[in-house]
Amino acid sequence: MATQERLGTKRLVVGAHYGTLDFIVQRCTAVIMAVYTLVLFFGFVFSSGMSFEVWQNLFTFHLGALPVGQLLATLAFLSLAWHAWVGVRDIWMDYVHADGLRLLLQVLTLLWLVGTVVYFAKILWSL
Amino acid sequence: MSDSASKQRPQYRNISVPQILRYHLPLAGKSSILHRVSGALLFLALPLVILPLFALSVTSAESYASIQGWLANPLCKLVVLVLIWGFLHHFCAGIRYLILDLHIGNDKVTAQKSAGLVFGVSLALTVIFGLKLFGAW
Repeated sequence: MATQERLGTKRLVVGAHYGTLDFIVQRCTAVIMAVYTLVLFFGFVFSSGMSFEVWQNLFTFHLGALPVGQLLATLAFLSLAWHAWVGVRDIWMDYVHADGLRLLLQVLTLLWLVGTVVYFAKILWSL
Repeated sequence: MSDSASKQRPQYRNISVPQILRYHLPLAGKSSILHRVSGALLFLALPLVILPLFALSVTSAESYASIQGWLANPLCKLVVLVLIWGFLHHFCAGIRYLILDLHIGNDKVTAQKSAGLVFGVSLALTVIFGLKLFGAW
């Protein structure tokens, strides 16, 4: 009976996600950030003058009443935070094997990232 | 038996720090560990250095201009240069991983070449941005 639940000779199959979501999220957020980076880079470099006004406008432009610049930056930054969470969590899981310490580091990582997101949101949405 | 197979090679299991210093990673391995190092670096620098600079750059024309003064300190320049390298390496190596995930270039020869390309592109761009940062033009 128990052997039927095993994949191969050792691995017992149970109802977990095996990190599939993290794997996909890490890649999707990477693509979002890469595209947004190129939009910012070319939006700035191929503008007339590379001035402060052009740079600020990339984050503050509106389409009608929609604050598109701020929305895009926010979405890209949320992608960054989620991406960093997956990556830093991988580091702790690879190198820190004491459960309590690993949990502590993961909680601190989340606090660090949430704080960073709020800090960014404050800068961006005060413009 | 071929020479390469019969040659005595050091074995590394549960690698320790003194061993790491003598261990020669292939180029793809160097790119990989630096991808992790640069990611961790950016994670730590984000609220400490990058966001304060971002705030200066977008808030007002005066604060935008004040970055020049802040960058007059060579140590600050060095910090920014390291972060530029970290970003560029993470960016280039990351794009390589996305392509590898599409099952493109997974064979040994191509993978080593693309790892070399990651270093070539990221270091060349770091030099270009670095020269700009240190006022070459």
